[in-house]
Amino acid sequence: MILDKRKAIGLSRIGSRATYGMTLFDLADSTPDLMVLTADTSTSAGLDRFRKTYPEKYLEVGIAEQNAMGIAAGLASEGMTVALSTFAPFQTMRCCEQIKVNLGYMKHKVVFTGLASGVVLGTLGYTHCCIEDMAIMRAIPNITVVSPADCGETAKAVEAALAHSQSVYIRLTGGSPNPPVYREDYEFEIGKSVKLRDGKDVGIIATGSMVHPSLQAAEILAENGIEAAVINMHTIKPLDNDVVADLASNTKLIVTIEEHSIIGGLGGAVAEAKAPLRNAAPHMIMGIADSYGRSGDYADILAHYGLTAEQIAAKIMTEFKSS
Amino acid sequence: MTREKIISDIEATARRMRRHIIDMAVEAGANSSHFGGGLSIVDITATLFGKVMNIDPKNPEWADRDRFILSKGHGCIGYYTALCEAGFLTRDELLTFEKSDSFLYGHPVMNRAKGIEFSNGSLGMGMALGIGVCVAAKRRGQSHQTYVIIGDGESNEGSVWEAVMAAPHLRLDNLTVILDRNGHQQTGSNDEIMPLGDAAEKYRAFGWHVTELDGHDVGGLYDAFTTDRVPDKPHAIIAKTVKGKGFSFSEDDNSWHHKILTKKQYEIAVEELAATEGQQP
Repeated sequence: MILDKRKAIGLSRIGSRATYGMTLFDLADSTPDLMVLTADTSTSAGLDRFRKTYPEKYLEVGIAEQNAMGIAAGLASEGMTVALSTFAPFQTMRCCEQIKVNLGYMKHKVVFTGLASGVVLGTLGYTHCCIEDMAIMRAIPNITVVSPADCGETAKAVEAALAHSQSVYIRLTGGSPNPPVYREDYEFEIGKSVKLRDGKDVGIIATGSMVHPSLQAAEILAENGIEAAVINMHTIKPLDNDVVADLASNTKLIVTIEEHSIIGGLGGAVAEAKAPLRNAAPHMIMGIADSYGRSGDYADILAHYGLTAEQIAAKIMTEFKSS
Repeated sequence: MTREKIISDIEATARRMRRHIIDMAVEAGANSSHFGGGLSIVDITATLFGKVMNIDPKNPEWADRDRFILSKGHGCIGYYTALCEAGFLTRDELLTFEKSDSFLYGHPVMNRAKGIEFSNGSLGMGMALGIGVCVAAKRRGQSHQTYVIIGDGESNEGSVWEAVMAAPHLRLDNLTVILDRNGHQQTGSNDEIMPLGDAAEKYRAFGWHVTELDGHDVGGLYDAFTTDRVPDKPHAIIAKTVKGKGFSFSEDDNSWHHKILTKKQYEIAVEELAATEGQQP
């Protein structure tokens, strides 16, 4: 998919979930042997039009995620291109062992997408939030983990994942509208991060919904005399280790920011990449504290965890001055 | 081929499989084997691989082959030995069972070239895989069949029932599930641990075509596999079996769930097999 300003703004308005469904609709004819599965979530995934237009490429499996993942793997074992989606906690944890055995161990390739991950569904409580998925999926061999920064990148990630050689977990974050990070086309490659801004003082590595506020935070930091690089780490596994090594030796502070637990996600992956490096810059991990905290509106929860652009900038300023 | 000849061939195959099994079990030594639950499925797999399934060891990944999934993966000695008799594995390969670097693990690990379709072992996952395979066949207009063996202990898993609910809704008459109803699971009888109750009635209630039979009567099994089908319905065969079937010391004795076969027991088993050979045509 070629991104332009009109498309970026249009997708941004409908949000990442509807973008997912629309992208599959657009790719239905060009993807060989495509099968799209839902667990009573077709409208939640923007797949209503797909369901009606392509019934032969669509399978509803009901509210049974373990069965859904097994069926998806069975279809994949027959060489079909399979895309399954449901809300992130059910997509990753309810069927976690099916993911391990069918996708990781046997290497049957399924693109599985966690809708509304992070805390965007905070008003529904933490059963419907997902702050653990990157940590858990990342620990399973043969699973690629992608966390798109905006809706344009979601479309690119779905297209890339369908063509990828192994199973991909796509983690969708952010609300609707979902502010665009990209307004023009760029090259998206699984495993290769994108440097959005240069800076020698601080290296901000962000993923998913946190890329946009990180760019805004970098603006605030610049106004205060701190130059921050901003990396869109859209692939959590395999991690772009080269960019981590570069920032570790060429900036004075690395900051990872994610709408995910501070345990085991982007912060954990970057820490693992940094561990063997000598004289690496210190690393501050920002994200959701290890707790099931307050529920409420998305913006309120993000503010509660210190994840607005202003809060990110302030925290980095304090940390940078003390380092 | 007459039905009598087919039946006697299957019986001979099952007898050879039981000989392979005791050889594998004694060779595995202290690594032990899931002896009881492997022996309970032998007559089922002997029938399927011997005379029912459309398979070709020279072309193991042939698109139109029938598929087999051992959902109760711990019963693998009843699977590997059937693959050996069908020409997918050599006897030397069988005797590497559970040894370091062998491809014959204590639970099946996918190896299509050797006829092992899927990796199994974590219970409750095989029927869903089978449904996926069957849906793919339906969408592509392929006519091959898929056979899944599940255990009664395995049926404690909730995921089994998600699949049991889905298969009739999807009208998968290309799916046959065989329930190895040996009445035992790892630490006791089903009734002690978690009763399954009237399995046939449960499957019927979900919309399956159900056949109840003796899982060691290969004639009944053969007929159920080849003639007993209902259009648009998946087929559940509730096979009443005996755990550890074939040897006096192991039959219906749940201590043989996973156990070492001693040299002495091996000798008894060899004698008992020889005796059955004398009795049957």
